[in-house]
Amino acid sequence: MTLLTLKNVSKSFGALKVTDGVSLSVTEGEVLGILGPNGAGKTTLFNLISGDLNVDAGEITFDGLLINNSPPFQRCRNGIGRSYQVPQPFGGMSVFENLVTAACFGAQVSEKAAWQIAWDVLEQTGLQKFANQAAGGLTLLNRKRLELARALATQPRLLLLDEIAGGLTEHEAQELVEELKRIKSSGITMIWIEHVVHALLSLADRLLVINFGRTLCEGQPDAVMQDAEVKRVYMGLEV
Amino acid sequence: MLRAQCITAAYGDAQALFGIDFSINAGEIVALIGANGAGKSTFLKTLTGLLPVRSGELEFEGQSLRHLDAGDIVKLGIAMVPEGRRLFPSLTVEENLLMGTLSGRKGSWDLSRVFTLFPILQEKRSMPSTSLSGGQQQMVAIGRALMSNPRLLLCDEISLGLAPVVIREIYAALPAIMEEGMSLLIVEQDVQLAMQASSRVVCLQEGLVSLEGKSSELSRDQISKAYFGI
Repeated sequence: MTLLTLKNVSKSFGALKVTDGVSLSVTEGEVLGILGPNGAGKTTLFNLISGDLNVDAGEITFDGLLINNSPPFQRCRNGIGRSYQVPQPFGGMSVFENLVTAACFGAQVSEKAAWQIAWDVLEQTGLQKFANQAAGGLTLLNRKRLELARALATQPRLLLLDEIAGGLTEHEAQELVEELKRIKSSGITMIWIEHVVHALLSLADRLLVINFGRTLCEGQPDAVMQDAEVKRVYMGLEV
Repeated sequence: MLRAQCITAAYGDAQALFGIDFSINAGEIVALIGANGAGKSTFLKTLTGLLPVRSGELEFEGQSLRHLDAGDIVKLGIAMVPEGRRLFPSLTVEENLLMGTLSGRKGSWDLSRVFTLFPILQEKRSMPSTSLSGGQQQMVAIGRALMSNPRLLLCDEISLGLAPVVIREIYAALPAIMEEGMSLLIVEQDVQLAMQASSRVVCLQEGLVSLEGKSSELSRDQISKAYFGI
């Protein structure tokens, strides 16, 4: 079943068209990987899906509902969870409180249920030992883990991951991929923007490459990575 | 040029560096690698005066850096491109670059030379720094550090969050920076990239140097062992 559909979605900042007629669809349980040079419009696409930005034109449908005009909190409650490229935790709250807040307001559960969700997510993401630390004092790596954890605590059906593997060692990236595989097997659909290509390729069912706000290439991961235009525009290789 | 001897440093009760010995010569490119939490960024913070050294000796061109604050260290000629770029969001590209000149150091780096190195920044000089792509913001961070006319440039994870095509562009600019005998210390998570760009590699593990050698002579196995201790 199709969970998310974008139809001819466009967005401009002043004279600059950052999203230019993008169409895509994601089926339930699928992992879609998004690649593209810096400034191609990848994060803007996430902002349009999560409601941080509204589209200028086009349609976004989630679970059969047109969500063009829904505010971000509503989209989150409908089941769209996201992480931010630059982590945005409540810095003065502890890690645990951040997760309880995400569960209470995102998943709309009781405080008691939110505590249970927070514990489960702490365990799932390996953040137990930081539970009582102020989120603002975490290292960059742990703030990124918290981004994933907070998104999970909102109990999403669709998870938008924005560059969560950047800065990880090969070993840490492998651990992250294993964790994401477990999340995938629980039935959560994912769209993952990532420059750490080997991590993305070990999870994605399909790839979408964006350049100048437009779809450059889309399809099976191996075929996309062999595409001459993708090699030139994204990898910087002349073929 | 720079000599660190048995450096220790801590965040409150949590000790992060346990006696680092390190040196870099004029004109040398050294890559500092290691797992997250190994102490790479902490070591850079001690070099730039952002974190006090608990014990050990730290000298730059014969002068002790201990007890100097960050501003004085920039004036001596050490500049850093920080992890995550850390641009001033309310300033334009040009204003961010000009912040580097507050060091008061004279030299060949000025706006026009930075614009020659990264032509796109000239086109975007009047735009807010936050409106730039990640790669362009990294260019501003590098340009801002160069504007202080450093003798030693410290680059913390400059490839982070960048597309392969942009990383190539930024690393291709390094030889032009090195022309005048400046030394470069790069912290890089991508080991392959670090080996290609440097003449010498120093690997940290749990706050200590676990491996040091010429980039061309170290094997993948040696590095893997130094990284994870296995």
